Amino acid sequence: MKIGVPKEVFKGEARVAMTPDSALLLQKLGYECLIETKAGAAAGFSDQLYKDAGVEVVKTAAALWKAADIVAKVRQPEAPELKRLREGQTLISFFNPAVNEEGMEAAKAKGANVIAMEMVPRISRAQKMDALSSMANIAGYRAVIEAGNNFGRFFTGQVTAAGKVPPAKVLVVGAGVAGLAAIGTSTSLGAITYAFDVRPEVAEQVESMGAEFVYLDFDEEQTDGAATGGYAAVSSPEFREAQLAKFRELAPDMDIVITTALIPNREAPELWTEDMVASMKPGSVIVDLAAEKGGNCKLTVADEKIVTKNGVTIVGYTDFPSRMAAQASSLYANNIRHMMSDLTPEKDGQINHDMEDDVIRGATVTFDHEITFPPPPPKVQAIAAKPKETAPVKTAEELAAEAAAAQASAGRRQIVTLLVGAALMALIGLYAPAVFMQHFIVFVLSVFVGFQVIWGVAHSLHTPLMAVTNAISGIIILGALLQIGIDIPIVKILAAVSVGIATINIVGGFMVTRRMLQMFQKS
Amino acid sequence: MTPELQTAAYIAAAVLFILSLGGLKDQESAKRGVWFGIYGMAIAVLATVFGPGVAIDATLLISIAIGAVIGAVVAQRVEMTGMPQLVAALHSFVGLAAVFIGINSALNPPHDLPAAERVIHEVEIFLGVFIGAITFTGSIIAYGKLAGKLGGKAMILPGRHVWNVLMVVASLVLLVIFMGGHGGTDVHWALYLMTVIAFVIGAHLVMAIGGADMPVVVSMLNSYSGWAAAATGFLLGNDLLIVTGALVGSSGAILSYIMCVAMNRSFISVILGGFGGQKGPAMEIEGEQIAIDADGVAAALNDADSVVIIPGYGMAVAQAQQSVSELTKRLRAKGKTVRFAIHPVAGRLPGHMNVLLAEARVPYDIVLEMDEINDDFPSTDVAIVIGSNDIVNPAAQEDPNSPIAGMPVLECWKAKQVFVSKRGQGTGYSGIENPLFFKENTRMFYGDAKASLDKLLTLIG
Repeated sequence: MKIGVPKEVFKGEARVAMTPDSALLLQKLGYECLIETKAGAAAGFSDQLYKDAGVEVVKTAAALWKAADIVAKVRQPEAPELKRLREGQTLISFFNPAVNEEGMEAAKAKGANVIAMEMVPRISRAQKMDALSSMANIAGYRAVIEAGNNFGRFFTGQVTAAGKVPPAKVLVVGAGVAGLAAIGTSTSLGAITYAFDVRPEVAEQVESMGAEFVYLDFDEEQTDGAATGGYAAVSSPEFREAQLAKFRELAPDMDIVITTALIPNREAPELWTEDMVASMKPGSVIVDLAAEKGGNCKLTVADEKIVTKNGVTIVGYTDFPSRMAAQASSLYANNIRHMMSDLTPEKDGQINHDMEDDVIRGATVTFDHEITFPPPPPKVQAIAAKPKETAPVKTAEELAAEAAAAQASAGRRQIVTLLVGAALMALIGLYAPAVFMQHFIVFVLSVFVGFQVIWGVAHSLHTPLMAVTNAISGIIILGALLQIGIDIPIVKILAAVSVGIATINIVGGFMVTRRMLQMFQKS
Repeated sequence: MTPELQTAAYIAAAVLFILSLGGLKDQESAKRGVWFGIYGMAIAVLATVFGPGVAIDATLLISIAIGAVIGAVVAQRVEMTGMPQLVAALHSFVGLAAVFIGINSALNPPHDLPAAERVIHEVEIFLGVFIGAITFTGSIIAYGKLAGKLGGKAMILPGRHVWNVLMVVASLVLLVIFMGGHGGTDVHWALYLMTVIAFVIGAHLVMAIGGADMPVVVSMLNSYSGWAAAATGFLLGNDLLIVTGALVGSSGAILSYIMCVAMNRSFISVILGGFGGQKGPAMEIEGEQIAIDADGVAAALNDADSVVIIPGYGMAVAQAQQSVSELTKRLRAKGKTVRFAIHPVAGRLPGHMNVLLAEARVPYDIVLEMDEINDDFPSTDVAIVIGSNDIVNPAAQEDPNSPIAGMPVLECWKAKQVFVSKRGQGTGYSGIENPLFFKENTRMFYGDAKASLDKLLTLIG
């Protein structure tokens, strides 16, 4: 089958859905690749590059739509493009199905199967084709770059001969993929970065990127983002108030604010109000990544950069990925390529549109003269597990009572042990002769001293400890020395052997201990 | 030298021994501590040799000379991987000496003891010989197992507990017979027979204990050798022997205790041998073991900022400590944090890994204990497991039916990535399946540890 990629018709769109690299891999799946002439030009891929990769360059869009069995593109198709769809053709593209009733109707009427890239479910297996994430990543990066472009100072703090430069303070609102990318870029440029998200569980991710998470003094039970497929949900009015109060407090301090808060299939929530903008310093920059959906700031004008009366620049571009067309195209083309390899399990160049597959089913919006949007919930449940049930926390009194009980029982045990010990001692004292008792005192005390001393030995020195105890247990040589003078042949021989082996212990033990200890060196 | 002066010398020696053991609280003071021990021993031996009742003759000098030469040669030659064997062998000498001295004491009994003291004396002879004999054969068997001359697996006879009890009872009966004859020459056979029985007990006891429990066995025998010396001290009425024996005995007992806690086993269950019975079916392990080659490991190491290496007995077997050290040096030179995590029962001897790493010149301040490092695994990029198995087995925490359930383990699976250097698939010494090898973030780096690491070194410049 043939995969065709037309030139994007949306004004200013520079991305392209196939790169020479992705074309090579698509050919390995058994497909022939077609591209409309100059389709990749704006992203830096010339027709020659495509030809070198074995792609057939087609002169006109009409010819391409006609020849291709599968059409891959970036932007939601426009009316003239929809008209070109035909029976059995597969279209893979962003489609915005939630508000694109006419588009779906048109595709249904034509009998084309449409896979909407924004509908790829957010499960681990589908990450490789998650174009929203790959584009959001670029948008987050580019947002910081745009902000820097419009910001008159350094990001990083510097102390130079010409004076001290304070570091810029950046606030990122919404720590989704775009937000995290923005945080990463901003911290790596050296700015002090703060981040906020309604999902408290992302605090760890935020902190791992080097930013400080802005916590609210608010303890409403938050919906775990995982339950909603990793996206934020609408929050309660009280929560919103607490959030705005926090932003109001931060606004005068921030040099750059990047808002990325989006809730799926809704207007963007207003998070950065006019009074916050008014309280910001002149020269500050706001980049509103939600501009396409109305903006997180009401002053944002989509696709434009404006400057407010008090000198705050508000960037409302909606085409950040397109502004980095080369990067965006290569990532998007890879997403498409992964989608194609899932559609082509046999690698035989034939599409197998498996409506039982969670990912493919989820992304398909029209199939076989039917509108299949919205999809049923995926069979595989989402990203994170349920929050753990925490063990009931014991109150201070309970803990104190438990500690007291433990103390009391330990005390009782100790008393019993001592009593038994004393009884044993008394028993020995009753029968044993005085000489023995003297030695016995020495023995018991030595055991105690031994226990006290040995507990202090470092774990790492346990082998040297054993070697040195080997050596000093050679003290048994004293016994043999006392016997070696006795004039009974067998006694003398046994004593001599004992002296010999005890000496091995003493000399060997000490020497090997010294050898070992000398090896221990500090770095 | 008068007996009073001799006693004074003994006191000095005892104090020096205590200082010597106390010095082992850290590496630097330990180096001084050994000298205390040496001085103490010199004082004790000289005070005895020049004290009353000892004739300095050729036999004595020759015995000492031979012993000293053998000891020095062995100490110079021993490989650090061979330390467990050496320690076990030295234990056996103390045990044998205790046996000989006890028998000598029976052959040449002190005259005109009052009745009560004579009874005590006879009990002391029996006790000294009994403990000494168990220590001797137990250590010999332990030596054989550690040196690989005997199979490492536990050898369990049917009804072995009954045998042990019978042998102990027989020894007690022989003691009664021995005391009945007032320790005269006509009842010496009881002492000899008991010695033989005790030899059998010692061998039998250690035969039944398997490979992974060897650290406990070695420290237990360490303890026994101390008690044997203390019993000899009672026998001879020598306080310095009693003090030193008690110090060594309690040292070994504490080491055994620490080892047992580290394995979450009771001392009794280790001594009686074998792992406790299976409490139910082991947890099913899902997933598969995924292999990786040296290139993959090298790439991960080049990207990692923090690395933790977990060595085990396998490192000692493969003699890989030098390669590990070289790897550490290179990674540290690249500014990465490299640390070692040592489980208390890693290896075949308490502290075995520390000594091997020290031999390979790994600085001791990056070699950490389990408790010091366990919390750091979640922030670790790469954990490398070299030849250890049970001490990194997550089943200890996750599977209540596992034979090692509840044993504290190094939680290396919490690191972002785990590489396991291992000879091949299969279970470790204890024969327990390790779910770590099947985890998603674990990659198996098969092959001889030294060969694998050397290949890795060529890729990390």
